[in-house]
Amino acid sequence: MKVLGIDTSTMTASCAVLDGDTLLGEYSINQELTHSESLVPMISEMLDNLKLHISDIDIYGVATGPGSFTGLRIGVATMKAFAHIFDKPIVGVSTLEGLALNLTHSGIIVPMIDARRDRVYTGIYRWKQSRLENILEPCIMNIERLSEILDKNDDDIMINGNGVRQYGDRLLEVLKSRVKIAPAGLRECRAASIAELSLLNRDVYNRDDYYNLIPTYLKESQAQVEFNRKESGS
Amino acid sequence: MELERMSDMRREDIITLAIETSCDETSCAVLRGGRDVCSNIVSSQIDIHRKFGGVVPEVASRKHVENINIIIQEALDKADMDFEDIDLVGVTQGPGLVGALLVGISSAKAIAYALDIPMIGVNHIEGHVCANYIEYEDLEPPFTSLIVSGGHSYLTYVKGYVQYELFGRTRDDAAGEAFDKVARALGLSYPGGPLIDKLSKKGNPNAIDFPRVYLERDSYDFSFSGLKTAVLNYLNQMQQKGKDIVVEDVAASFQQAVVEVLVEKTIRLAKETRSEKIALAGGVAANSGLRAMMKARGREEGIEILHPSNILCTDNAAMIGSAAYFNYINGKISSLDMNVVPNLELI
Ligand SMILES: [Zn+2]
Repeated sequence: MKVLGIDTSTMTASCAVLDGDTLLGEYSINQELTHSESLVPMISEMLDNLKLHISDIDIYGVATGPGSFTGLRIGVATMKAFAHIFDKPIVGVSTLEGLALNLTHSGIIVPMIDARRDRVYTGIYRWKQSRLENILEPCIMNIERLSEILDKNDDDIMINGNGVRQYGDRLLEVLKSRVKIAPAGLRECRAASIAELSLLNRDVYNRDDYYNLIPTYLKESQAQVEFNRKESGS
Repeated sequence: MELERMSDMRREDIITLAIETSCDETSCAVLRGGRDVCSNIVSSQIDIHRKFGGVVPEVASRKHVENINIIIQEALDKADMDFEDIDLVGVTQGPGLVGALLVGISSAKAIAYALDIPMIGVNHIEGHVCANYIEYEDLEPPFTSLIVSGGHSYLTYVKGYVQYELFGRTRDDAAGEAFDKVARALGLSYPGGPLIDKLSKKGNPNAIDFPRVYLERDSYDFSFSGLKTAVLNYLNQMQQKGKDIVVEDVAASFQQAVVEVLVEKTIRLAKETRSEKIALAGGVAANSGLRAMMKARGREEGIEILHPSNILCTDNAAMIGSAAYFNYINGKISSLDMNVVPNLELI
């Protein structure tokens, strides 16, 4: 069972092919090129090197967010088209759960994606036997509030995600030695994790979800926020 | 390899799947050759954007990604085809809203790659012109074309299927933008253009003497922001004087001022280029006042006036498919690392 996983939630564009429990290949690029330019050529190069054709893929796994709205739409639209053309299942995976899967930490795992203006998209995860347990649902949160929540926790914490670059020091200040930053190789979004979770979650999805799958934004558009404010104010 | 396969088949039998997501319509079409539309599905988001008083880019992009595969399947079903029947993918590259364009382009790239067929990034403005090839199966360049919509105003001489000579453009607001802004000032809902057209039919076009802005003597450029301001000033003055505003008369007089300038400049260019035909294109080409005056002047000058039917005037994927076809047979193919160009110009 071959799974193509991709993650375009952050600046890192990543794609991977998993065959059962064997990782056949993974490409990740973290640079200024837009995902629209790099994604399909990247997938093409990886599959060519694996002597695979896109039609050999059995499951399409895509990180649905949270993250960059535009990045998410590029990933979701691309993978929906593949699944649609070959009438194969598509599975949407939380970007945060994907990040958590990068780590085999025994305490709690807190992935953070920069949501700008002192906010992060975050959630709290913990390994329970061989499964990831979600303790705090994915949400958008002020970094101060997150550090308060974590401060009440005695646990041994490990953080990853691109939010670490911006806000890691703030957490270190408050939590001191209780928090560890994941090594660079495990800090960014990785498509291998998305592919693995897609395989685990494939039964949750219907065959024709390539019509319905949408990104998980966790945030309404600014126009909708303002509209709601006006509506409730009057 | 693809070109070889294509040369084996008759050009007119090339099947194009086209995608258009530049603004607030999610559209997909299937064409045989450059003119024969097998299906043209347009899913408008107007009802969603109306409460915001205009198109909200983020909302439009979300809606596109939600809809796109449903619209693609509808277009295939209506054309009675499968993905395997498609020879070519055409997609709007720009101009338009970045986030919205990216949804269509992402789908188009995936389709082109998965089916191993060529992809053509299409200029949306050129697409509007090509709507005329769909409407008139014998139409061939050269001709003069006036392209007017909410986002653009171009006056061009179409020398060949992919050859344009640009003579005029707007220096400020696009024609359709002026319609929308005046409509808002009149308290009409979004989109305002069609409503102004409707009201104009009941009003007196000579009731108020709004300015006709022709710019320099030889200029083919347009400017509509002065006219828009004149309408806003008129409305303010009337309000201050406590006088009633006859909305129909304001709409008719405003529309007349826009249309007169558009018509005179277009006729002048057609005469200068010795065009036998003028093809109108874009959303404002659906305006009944523009069509009527252009036809009347065309009759006087012996110039035939063409315009696409209303569904082909507004944004739709069929016109993008037609432009993709003509670009393809003229040797253009886009690579899979193509990016969006939100400010793409006609030439
Ligand atoms: Zn348009």
